[in-house]
Amino acid sequence: MLIMLKNITIGQYIPGNTFIHRLDPRVKIILSIIFIISLFIITKFSGYIFILLFLLLSVFVSKIPLSYIFKGLKPILVILILTVGLNVFFTPGGTYLASIGPLKITSNGVRLALFMGLRLIFLIVGTSLLTLTTSPIALTDGIENLLTPFKSIGLPAHELAMMMTIALRFIPTLLEETDKIMKAQMARGADFESGNLVKRAKNLIPLLVPLFISAFRRADELAVAMEARCYRGGFNRTKLKQLKVSNRDYIAILFTAILVGIIIWNRFWPW
Amino acid sequence: MGKIIMTKDLTFVYEAESNDSSKKIVLNSLNIDIDEGKFVAIIGHNGSGKSTLAKHFNALLVPTEGDVYINGMNTKDTSHLWDIRQTAGMVFQNPDNQLVATIVEEDVAFGPENLGIDPKEIRERVDFALNAVDMYKYREFAPHMLSGGQKQRIAIAGVIAMRPQCIILDEPTAMLDPKGRKEVIKTVQKLNKENGITIILITHFMEEAVLADRVIVMDNGKIALDGTPKDVFKEVKILKDLGLDVPQVTELAYKLKQEGIDIPTEILTVDEMVRFICQYK
Ligand SMILES: Nc1ncnc2c1ncn2[C@@H]1O[C@H](COP(=O)(O)OP(=O)(O)OP(=O)(O)O)[C@@H](O)[C@H]1O
Ligand SMILES: [Mg+2]
Repeated sequence: MLIMLKNITIGQYIPGNTFIHRLDPRVKIILSIIFIISLFIITKFSGYIFILLFLLLSVFVSKIPLSYIFKGLKPILVILILTVGLNVFFTPGGTYLASIGPLKITSNGVRLALFMGLRLIFLIVGTSLLTLTTSPIALTDGIENLLTPFKSIGLPAHELAMMMTIALRFIPTLLEETDKIMKAQMARGADFESGNLVKRAKNLIPLLVPLFISAFRRADELAVAMEARCYRGGFNRTKLKQLKVSNRDYIAILFTAILVGIIIWNRFWPW
Repeated sequence: MGKIIMTKDLTFVYEAESNDSSKKIVLNSLNIDIDEGKFVAIIGHNGSGKSTLAKHFNALLVPTEGDVYINGMNTKDTSHLWDIRQTAGMVFQNPDNQLVATIVEEDVAFGPENLGIDPKEIRERVDFALNAVDMYKYREFAPHMLSGGQKQRIAIAGVIAMRPQCIILDEPTAMLDPKGRKEVIKTVQKLNKENGITIILITHFMEEAVLADRVIVMDNGKIALDGTPKDVFKEVKILKDLGLDVPQVTELAYKLKQEGIDIPTEILTVDEMVRFICQYK
């Protein structure tokens, strides 16, 4: 359990100074969304060639080690296997290939399973490329900025971003504190590691109660400190760092536009 | 010289929500004037009302009775609220619970951002403030990578970036190790001397109070003693009765005097003590 806590990293940002790292976060977020949509437009395997090229180019430019990309795929391995498995066995039609027990495998099934599996992989690689090359702070800034136009329909853009920032700020603090409380309770004989699930959950109480109390105290003090520093919500607020769309961003937009163009065109290809 | 802070018969009672009979007067008719540019220390035992008083200087609390004026502005006048909070900045005890942003320089920018200042000027103010507390090279660090003393200096920088005339520090060194304490106090002294910022330092450490121009001793919402450190700390008996310590050397001098040795009781620092002993015949 102790080890588990240490392995939680906030986001998975890998600092860098490459073309992709330095793109405006707003542009990166929007382009990522467009990338995801284009994945779902594709109807043929041939479309994936261009997706693959696009991703390879991005990974190459961002200098992110491939091992990180594969690491990002690990958590979805179960979903991936499930998707592929279900599609292989439960897709009707096509020519009969083989059977495992009562389950039949058809050519349509294999085709669809591969198609869905690849789509899932590309989806994860694409989005983790966003989080690997954008710091959580820049992401927050970008999201706040993109949501600002929706303020007029009552979306609390600034408040959401503030919540995210404070969460990011306090995660390390609270993790450290959890660790401290755990050690203190273990020194008094608390046991967090043995017993069945119910027992383990019960054993967490002496950890969670002090943690919650302290978190509320922190929240209270932080609120006072923010008020003392003239915080009054998003009203009339400026920002130290202004987001700016530069030539770099236009190049990225151009590349993505070409990708989308090819993919739409791909729908009319015979193969 | 102008008065940066004035309180007129300041009385404060926390609104006890449950039972009104237990209402306790936390601040009792206080009249305090603080001159601009001074370094004032406030001491007093736990629960004597120091933090409550500090929060009145920043309009986080307003008096139940009486008035508080910051640079002539009444804290009850809500139209001056933001001016007051900008004029009198506040630093709190726990360094972890007052930093808002995930990057040092963005935290320092938090105050000016709230004031709606132009980004270019925020940049200048942030750089100035970080240099003033000697933390410029840490500007891109995450707060949780810093030591307690460094975090506290960032909190001070966050206040300086709002261009205050006065900084109120509520036990800023209570959670720090001796090294961090020294860093913070040195920073505070420098801001007072070089930048002319009025400092109000609430502390439990007498060694820190000794450094001030003026020491105010609080007891049960009232002022027990008020004067220069020399005047205040020679009242060893009164301070002891209030449950407060005096600087170690002052206590030593006090005891020597009781033993019949002819020693002035205004000795506050080790240096002064050494000088006296060397000259003693
Ligand atoms: N939010 C509150 N609600 C009700 N009573 C309070 C509140 N905060 C403080 N008090 C009471 O007001 C009195 C003065 O508290 P205050 O925090 O000002 O003391 P202090 O001198 O700062 O003490 P310390 O040295 O412990 O920081 C105490 O008796 C305390 O119990
Ligand atoms: Mg206090």
